[in-house]
Amino acid sequence: MTGRPAWLAPHRIVMILALAAFVAWSAASLRWSWLPKYAPLAVEGIWRTLWILAVTSVLGFLLAVPLGLAQAVGPWYLAAPAHAFCTVIRGTPLLLQIWLLYYGLGSLFPQFPAIRNSELWPYLRQAWPYAVLALTLSYAGYEGEVMRGAFAGVARGQIEAATAFGMPRLTLFRRIWLPQAVRNVLPTLGGETILQLKATPLVATITIVDIYAVATRVRQDTFIVYEPLLLLALVYMAIAGVIALVFRRFEARVPQRRG
Amino acid sequence: MTEIAEHPARRPGAATDEAIRVETLHKSFGALEVLKGVSLTAHKGDVVAIIGGSGSGKSTCLRCINFLETPTSGRIVIAGEEVALRPDGTPASRRQIERLRSRLGMVFQAFNLWTHRTLLENVIEVPVHVLGVPRAEAVDRARGLLARVGLSEKADTYPAFLSGGQQQRAAIARALAIEPSAMLFDEPTSALDPELVGEVLGVIRDLASEGRTMILVTHEMKFAREVADHVIYLHNGLIEEEGPPEALFGAPRSDRLRQFLKSVG
Ligand SMILES: Nc1ncnc2c1ncn2[C@@H]1O[C@H](COP(=O)(O)OP(=O)(O)OP(=O)(O)O)[C@@H](O)[C@H]1O
Ligand SMILES: [Mg+2]
Repeated sequence: MTGRPAWLAPHRIVMILALAAFVAWSAASLRWSWLPKYAPLAVEGIWRTLWILAVTSVLGFLLAVPLGLAQAVGPWYLAAPAHAFCTVIRGTPLLLQIWLLYYGLGSLFPQFPAIRNSELWPYLRQAWPYAVLALTLSYAGYEGEVMRGAFAGVARGQIEAATAFGMPRLTLFRRIWLPQAVRNVLPTLGGETILQLKATPLVATITIVDIYAVATRVRQDTFIVYEPLLLLALVYMAIAGVIALVFRRFEARVPQRRG
Repeated sequence: MTEIAEHPARRPGAATDEAIRVETLHKSFGALEVLKGVSLTAHKGDVVAIIGGSGSGKSTCLRCINFLETPTSGRIVIAGEEVALRPDGTPASRRQIERLRSRLGMVFQAFNLWTHRTLLENVIEVPVHVLGVPRAEAVDRARGLLARVGLSEKADTYPAFLSGGQQQRAAIARALAIEPSAMLFDEPTSALDPELVGEVLGVIRDLASEGRTMILVTHEMKFAREVADHVIYLHNGLIEEEGPPEALFGAPRSDRLRQFLKSVG
């Protein structure tokens, strides 16, 4: 590596120039008059997309760890349901899962006075709990499968060394097994999190105003089609870029020997 | 530390000079009987070498001592403390096993350093997270140990970037960091390129000469002869012959041992 910053590489310069040209062109020849009016709504939408992504990925991953562990080393009565859960989640469309939870559970709950009178009712009447639940379960289903392989893939000797030194099981899991398993699948998890981002627009189908719903709203209000979609694509790409960056940071924390 | 509270002073035999005693150890894997009644004793400061052909049960015997394998039957006494077993042979108390293990420094053929931690982190891992040593103190001691095995410069390096010899020396430092009452070596040089064997044997030789108790499974006959106080020749899960190294290597009594020694050169 030379001293010059990485973005100054020739292919990067070409890409930056192309991007600048594209931005200049779209600013000059496309219609953006709607933007000031909808900007506050768009910011809200981006925020909603971001927190739904963050919350469901984190919760989903926390659920994926026991799902993966149960399948990798659990007794059959834990492994079988975990496997069944992952199979069902991965085998059915997310849209269907969201609707089943929202329209199914959502219409079931009001029939129980106990639920209707509970403290949770004000939340359960809204759409977002169902969206968060559905996306969490979906992420857990996919990542449960990933973590199964990850746990099984940690070299025996790594665990044996910890055992031989008298490390209690919980410490061993926390200090050795889990970090190694996660590290081995970090690239996969990064990709899956970007997929999760791209699954979030489905929540718009149950009345949640994420950034995708904002773009739709603009189109319906103003009959301007392309510009909102263009901006939408840009927003998703930017978020995906940030996710990729974050995961690359994680990966770099333990340098890998190549070759 | 908590250890002290757990050590009942009234325990009989606590003042023994025996570091490790194994009595009539049997171990089967399914129908395969690998150990057929092995007994051995390592006194404090002893170096016991276990030699024998491939598949004779050397590793299994060593791994039974810290219960990486569960013996089918037999008694294991570590520093005068007998490992409590259930009738089915499994350890009765996980806590006891963990406590005993945390004072037995094991060194593996394949090093088994934790790949997601630097050498320094590897060495302080057990002291800090199992034995409860304050971190600063553990780091100090770890640096000393890494210096001792010639790896000061590599403290912040990850294992993958080191040679086999360096990794094994770090693994020895990791085992020393727990202040082991005895060390268990399972063919510590078998996975090494020939030119790296010497550096690791050098470290082990130093440990032997400072009076560490160790049980050493090895294929390095010359080395066993040089450092061991007592040599055990295992054949087919039984001790075929044992004694001081001069006797065993100089005047082997059994044909099998004679043949074995000839075959390994
Ligand atoms: N976990 C296990 N399950 C089944 N069989 C095993 C297991 N571990 C060891 N064995 C068998 O037990 C026998 C003794 O193995 P062990 O590893 O103790 O031999 P060894 O003397 O250390 O040999 P080597 O010099 O090759 O390391 C071998 O036949 C081996 O295949
Ligand atoms: Mg062996």
